[in-house]
Amino acid sequence: MADQVLNVENLSIDIPLSGDILHAVDGISISVNKGETLCIVGESGCGKSLTSLAIMDLLPQKAVRTVDKLELNGSSILNYSDRQMSDVRGSKIGMIFQEPMTSLNPSFTVENQMVETLARHRNIRGKEAKKLAVQMLEKVGITPAKQRLKQYPHQLSGGLRQRVMIAMTLLCEPELIIADEPTTALDVTIQAQILELLTRLQADFNTGLILITHDLGVVAKSADRVAVMYAGQIVEEGSVYEIFDNPSHPYTRGLLSCIPVPGKIKRGEHLGSIPGMVPSLIGEFTECRFAGRWGDTLGKEEENIAHLTPIEGVDYAFLVHGTTDHVVRFCCNSCLKKSKSKISKGVN
Amino acid sequence: MTNSPQITSTSPISGVKSRVLRHKGMMIGSTIVVLVVLIAILAPLIAPHDPYHQDLLNRLKPPVWDSRGTWEHIFGTDHLGRDYLSRLIYGSRISLLIGIGAALISGIIGTFLGVMAGYFGGRVDMVVTFLITVRLSMPVVLVALAVVAIVGGSLQVVIGVLGLLLWDRFAVVMRSSTLQIRSMDYVTAARAVGCSTTRILMTEVMPNVVNNLIVIATLEIAHAIILEAALSFLGLGVQPPLPSWGLMVSEGKDMMLFEPWLITIPGVALFALVLSVNLLGDGMRDVTAPENRN
Amino acid sequence: MISYALKRSILAILVALTVSMISFSLLYISSDPAIAMAGETASDADIEAIRELYGFDRPIVVQYWEWLKKAASGDLGKSYYFRTDVSHLIAERLPTTMTLGLCAIIFAIGLAVPLGVASAIRPNSIIDRVSLFLSVMGQALPSFWFALILIVLFSVNLRWLPVSGSDTWQHFIMPTIVLGYYAAPAIMRLTRTGMLEVLSTDYIRTARAKGLRPPVVLFKHALRNAIIPVVSLAAVQFGFMLGGSIVVETIFALHGAGFLAWESITRNDLPTVQGLILAFSLFYIILTLIADLINAWLDPRIRIG
Repeated sequence: MADQVLNVENLSIDIPLSGDILHAVDGISISVNKGETLCIVGESGCGKSLTSLAIMDLLPQKAVRTVDKLELNGSSILNYSDRQMSDVRGSKIGMIFQEPMTSLNPSFTVENQMVETLARHRNIRGKEAKKLAVQMLEKVGITPAKQRLKQYPHQLSGGLRQRVMIAMTLLCEPELIIADEPTTALDVTIQAQILELLTRLQADFNTGLILITHDLGVVAKSADRVAVMYAGQIVEEGSVYEIFDNPSHPYTRGLLSCIPVPGKIKRGEHLGSIPGMVPSLIGEFTECRFAGRWGDTLGKEEENIAHLTPIEGVDYAFLVHGTTDHVVRFCCNSCLKKSKSKISKGVN
Repeated sequence: MTNSPQITSTSPISGVKSRVLRHKGMMIGSTIVVLVVLIAILAPLIAPHDPYHQDLLNRLKPPVWDSRGTWEHIFGTDHLGRDYLSRLIYGSRISLLIGIGAALISGIIGTFLGVMAGYFGGRVDMVVTFLITVRLSMPVVLVALAVVAIVGGSLQVVIGVLGLLLWDRFAVVMRSSTLQIRSMDYVTAARAVGCSTTRILMTEVMPNVVNNLIVIATLEIAHAIILEAALSFLGLGVQPPLPSWGLMVSEGKDMMLFEPWLITIPGVALFALVLSVNLLGDGMRDVTAPENRN
Repeated sequence: MISYALKRSILAILVALTVSMISFSLLYISSDPAIAMAGETASDADIEAIRELYGFDRPIVVQYWEWLKKAASGDLGKSYYFRTDVSHLIAERLPTTMTLGLCAIIFAIGLAVPLGVASAIRPNSIIDRVSLFLSVMGQALPSFWFALILIVLFSVNLRWLPVSGSDTWQHFIMPTIVLGYYAAPAIMRLTRTGMLEVLSTDYIRTARAKGLRPPVVLFKHALRNAIIPVVSLAAVQFGFMLGGSIVVETIFALHGAGFLAWESITRNDLPTVQGLILAFSLFYIILTLIADLINAWLDPRIRIG
């Protein structure tokens, strides 16, 4: 598609770990269009951050990345050398990290760190670079911008630092921005501001945005599309409306049921939770990844059991309610059976 | 095998043992150290000659691997005809005695100061830190030389002087370890229950700083050995006719061009001993707390 | 920054005073300075006369105070042996030692920092192992023995370098190596650890994510932060070199302060020894003060507050 900024097909990340292999990410595929926000949701350790690092080719040395297709604006960056990738990073793909307090170099001024990106990618230096930096700081809502430029990171609050990070990332007008839990380390009041800022800028610059988070509230506010990750796999993917209205994977359902809604929950009632623990991803899987975690995710929702249409060529993956906009993937047969889903053109 | 999260329980001892055996540096270091200790202890039994016996007719005989050497004097003889191998063997006693002696004294001083500073904080800490800074500002070699020159050089004096000068690292490390331990919950718990300070220090703090203590002790032993050798080399350490390795190098240096073994043999011995003690210390640090590894 | 500098300077002065007290009392403890000065063959009357003349019969605190006053104005007494002002003696000999020390620390840094950086970039690689190996070897090598070996090798066998004296720059090569090598392992390890730590920080990850080229990431962003503790260590090591210079200068017959120290000690030249202890300590104290101030200045969090 002409509009497609990022296309990742069948990405796996393996990390050798004392004799065995940790399959951190197992065959996921995602895509983002211009001006679209894709939220990747999942709990800690499910592989979301590694996915973003894999796209940027910034994985730790030991990690092994295998991917069938990795395309940026239609052209493959799969086999880019480190030199070529370093040209892409910062100028075509920008990244915003979780901890603003530690993501900026404490020894250099804001100006220094912003201007070096311009020098590196767009060959703009000196007064002109400074002017652009000032403009961008103002765009992200930092005033007085000129004074802030001369300051050092430790003189700024967390929210301000994150704004600086965003400004820095936007300087070269990347086509794709990956934001890895950009608001998690910030105060709740600041969170909303930063999110709003991101969505506004995305609209202004028409960039694709991958927003990684574990907070469903963020998803509800900002996402166009959602990909739910669990144990290194994407278990459900679709438009934000589809995911919230028709969650089909027990994990998604579990996540949604965990959100306490005032008024809906009666006193004395247990808060929803997903029983059990995330399985270890070391070594090969011999049983269902979701084993022991079903709880009562399906018990109440009998009437909402999805109608699934199998997708050709992909095991255990189905279209929900027949739309290509909503895909669910089970990890194995027992999961499938247990979900009691109605499957048309039955594989089972 | 299920994919449920595994909690493997191995006893802490077996973990340490396997790490020790796999750590090459530590194995080499400890082997040599044990060897030298044995040589020192068994000196009277293994030394072929009396290290002080002079035989001027047989002076400056080369070692056995030289064409003119004999098995009578495997490492040759020095300028007074004394058997070099025997002197080397007995010299190990001096190096070890001084190393361990100085480390013991400085260890006691430094640990005491460091633990006090770390545990009580406040003024005590200020005073101890000041003392450490003062001690660091004093040139060790110069002061040691000066004191030995005044008081006279002997084994005891050297041990004493080095012991009184080398406590700084003990103090620094013990202080920071104690500070760490002090803020741990189990210490707070002990105080809440009403344990006396001495008891807390003995039962809660000490066992946990012992690791670091041992590591620093080995490093300071090596440090003391090298310093003694330097002092003796300059003539202001152990006095002749004692077979200190440093002294042997000094005595041999005028003849080192034609009788090189006079300096190479004790030098290599020093190097090997200090190296192995250092390896041992580094190994212990790696093994007991792998996260401390550089 | 100003308040830090002030506090630190006051501390330095206090330390200097304490050191002077210790060095003063040290040399008066176990020998009678009058006897030392008069010599072994002097009669009792002579010793008594000297005692009165130089004020050795007054309480030690008073003597210290007198000595301190004079020292503060640059008068460190007269050398027993040379019969000249101690301060002149030291001033004469110090430049040689300073030059030697400076060369040695530059040598050590030039050797250690690149190795440390290279090791950190590729941990557990060949260069990492070699660096660690060299540093372990270096710390076990006695300096006096190393000096002799170098002399045999380079002066005698190869005839490349002169043995002793301080006339030409070639005279300084071996002493520099012998004095400097001992400081290198610690500097190498600290650089390596520091770089490893810094390279795993979030801001380095950000620098890479911005697409900055590896040399820029390494030298501009990483080294700049990792070098801060190394500055302190280098200064401390430089300070230690004065002590180490005693052995080195004595072996190579370089007429510096270290050689003077050894000479004075063997001649029981009390005032000179005292003056030297004071000089060495002051040097170390000032050096560490400067190092701490540089440290503080390098870190914007302290500089600006």
